Amino acid sequence: MGGHMSAITLTDLDISYGDTQVTHGITLDIAEGESFALVGESGSGKSTVLRAIAGLAPEWTGRISVLGKARGHGIDRQFSRQCQMVFQDPYGSLHPRKTIDAILSEPLTIHGLGNRGARVEAMLSAVGLDRRFRFRFPHQLSGGQRQRVVIARALMLEPKVMLLDEPTSALDVSVQAEILNLLKRLRREQGLTYLLVTHNLPVVSFLCDRLAVMRHGRIVEVAGVEQLKSGQLADAYSRELFAASGGEIAGG
Amino acid sequence: MTDAVPDAAPPPRPSPQGGGSEKALLDIQNLRVSFPTPKGRVEVVKGISFTLGRERLGIVGESGSGKSMTGRSILKLIRPRGRVTADRMMFGDTDLLAQSERQMRAIRGARISMVMQDPKFSLNPVMTVGEQIAEALVTHQKLQRSEIEARVRAMLEAVRINDPDRVAGLYPHEISGGMGQRVMIAMMLIPEPDLLIADEPTSALDVSVQAQVLDIIDDLVTTKGMGLILISHDLNLVSRYCDRILVMNGGQVVEECKASELAQAKHPYTQGLLAAMPQMNETRAELPVLERSQWAGT
Amino acid sequence: MTTRDWLLDDSPSSRLQASLGRAYRVTAALLRNPLAVLGAFIILILIFAALLAPWIAPYSPVGQDLSNRLLPPSGAHWMGTDELGRDIYSRVIYGAQITLTIVLLVAVIAAPLGLIIGAVSGYFGGWVDRLLMGVTDIFLSMPKLILALAFVAALGPGIENAIIAIAITTWPAYARIARAETLTFRNAEFIAAVQLQGASPLRVIVNHILPLCTSSMIIRVTLDMAGIILTAAGLGFIGLGAQPPLPEWGAMISRGRSFILDQWWVATMPGFAIIVVSLGFCFLGDGLRDVLDPKQAEGK
Repeated sequence: MGGHMSAITLTDLDISYGDTQVTHGITLDIAEGESFALVGESGSGKSTVLRAIAGLAPEWTGRISVLGKARGHGIDRQFSRQCQMVFQDPYGSLHPRKTIDAILSEPLTIHGLGNRGARVEAMLSAVGLDRRFRFRFPHQLSGGQRQRVVIARALMLEPKVMLLDEPTSALDVSVQAEILNLLKRLRREQGLTYLLVTHNLPVVSFLCDRLAVMRHGRIVEVAGVEQLKSGQLADAYSRELFAASGGEIAGG
Repeated sequence: MTDAVPDAAPPPRPSPQGGGSEKALLDIQNLRVSFPTPKGRVEVVKGISFTLGRERLGIVGESGSGKSMTGRSILKLIRPRGRVTADRMMFGDTDLLAQSERQMRAIRGARISMVMQDPKFSLNPVMTVGEQIAEALVTHQKLQRSEIEARVRAMLEAVRINDPDRVAGLYPHEISGGMGQRVMIAMMLIPEPDLLIADEPTSALDVSVQAQVLDIIDDLVTTKGMGLILISHDLNLVSRYCDRILVMNGGQVVEECKASELAQAKHPYTQGLLAAMPQMNETRAELPVLERSQWAGT
Repeated sequence: MTTRDWLLDDSPSSRLQASLGRAYRVTAALLRNPLAVLGAFIILILIFAALLAPWIAPYSPVGQDLSNRLLPPSGAHWMGTDELGRDIYSRVIYGAQITLTIVLLVAVIAAPLGLIIGAVSGYFGGWVDRLLMGVTDIFLSMPKLILALAFVAALGPGIENAIIAIAITTWPAYARIARAETLTFRNAEFIAAVQLQGASPLRVIVNHILPLCTSSMIIRVTLDMAGIILTAAGLGFIGLGAQPPLPEWGAMISRGRSFILDQWWVATMPGFAIIVVSLGFCFLGDGLRDVLDPKQAEGK
């Protein structure tokens, strides 16, 4: 597993949208190579944390540092080579008028990287898409195929850290399994760090090493995935969430 | 704006009987639904048959399996261009196929109701909650104002909303998703139908609220002796809240079993679906993936 | 593999093939609509008339022949002659050049201007949005004819000034449309994704936002062309557009007013031309909307 370097460190993060404060004092340390989940229901602020790290939610106080470097409040070109995001809705995250090839080549063009055709084809095959998808438009692909393109796009710049915002929530069960397998394999092959936001606890069980449960903008518990699997979460809300997701609480 | 008097005399109600007796609540044989596409007519429901007594039936499938279309075709909500055919579509003694649009209006809401997925989209944003529930009631019955208010209040209490008078005055955007869905249920059950079709009633809700809403549906359905068709993509959910399960894939029913026997499902598709779901106590390195011969080449 | 198969190929092997295929599908869908085909046909006739006027007009548009004034439509003069003996049919054909020039120039000036202002305004929001929309509102509140009068008072009558006046009052509507379109997907995830890749605002606007606005722009511009023709004709009618002896349709109607009871053809023939061409643009615009409107087209 990764060394002692921290991939993402959040210290006392308070994020606001206009007048509302969405998160309160978020403090987390995610190691390099780790797969970490932020779990909670809607309104818990988990997606907002991801957006703040990415630079899409600029109003925050506290400290965010990724791979040792402190983050500014907006979007950073250099940062985009180190950290990318996978979005939830496969139907909204691809430009409807661009071919898959154009979508995947764009990050390379922005950063002046060459050999675009070869890289695009290599990435398509890495995410399990046949070459004939290369010049299709998004509406010609199914939800699962689109999500593969979204993952491919995020990996084009070879980041070390991936922020995943409910990557499989909008997918059918059978497709979800494929995408989860893909994510697991890619992480293993490329030594990626994942920060995954989800409300689906079994997905955390399959894909992650540790998790933090969020509620109303606060972290109520940080636990290892073993505790989740054995139903030994400490906090009362975590246990409630666990039970509602169909888990069986261990012991008492 | 609302019709206080039903358009046509409602057909006779099916007599209340336990599930599995002689006269089924719903009897569907060889239901087919097709739509025109640039490449010719495409069938999205390919000849399914089932019966329903006063019990809870779950219809499970992924997107494109035809489960929602099935629910809508029972209520004849499929617009022309789409074609619905069946050998038989009997609701008690009523032949649904033979009902005109006017006659169907007398049935919808009063005899068969439908709860849909997202209350954000199924509640009228410019009417208060109380007005909408009242409308559902007066569409089929003529009642005094005070009686309407009493029924609305009683219904809101039945769906476990704590402050019914206050909530009745709120607009849909002022209430949460879970509460909106409960309002939907209240609206659909206040005319006391015999059959409730719930199409993904909890998919848009948070996990902790899902259980509450399903408990309410379950409770009301069993106390009033209604039939329930629960359409969902979530196998576990359906196995917890239904008596029988139909698994649909590609427009056909591939499996029919008792909910308690879901784990012993025989059809490879069902087994594949069960295996593909990650478990809370997940130990597998990789999730088994469904063999998708229908999707070969895409 | 036939060309059609190549265009409709489900798995194109190059960007060119994909774009051409898409264009082909859109055109084919458009051609299935009979009114749209009629509209396109009318506009094609307009274009041909304008291009081939010197060869297809039987008479000169400006040659006077006072002995043949005010003749009714006949075999020699299909649309009759006007008060100076000029053949109306030839004048209508030559007038197509003027109409087409006005319509194209206004579209070419107003549409890109409105598109860019609207997209920039919608993308940046904040004070940029307020500033640009404030300017837009000022222009939007000016009635076209009054502004044209003001221009003419300042610069003198003529086609060029008429075109500028119409263009200036037309671009604000396009800016509003472009801004509204931009706002609908300004916060979409695909825009966030490309921003996260480090794209500059210029790249985002030009490569990602403008392409999505073009459909509604094309539709709106096409539908507007009827209005532009009528405005130009209106200016010509009050003597502010094309000056005599140019055969501008509006001016021709104006001239024919005095004879409308006895020699109806002098005013009515150019009037028919205006109606037919306006209808053509309307039908085509409607057809384009049915085909290009993303709410109806996509959704697979």
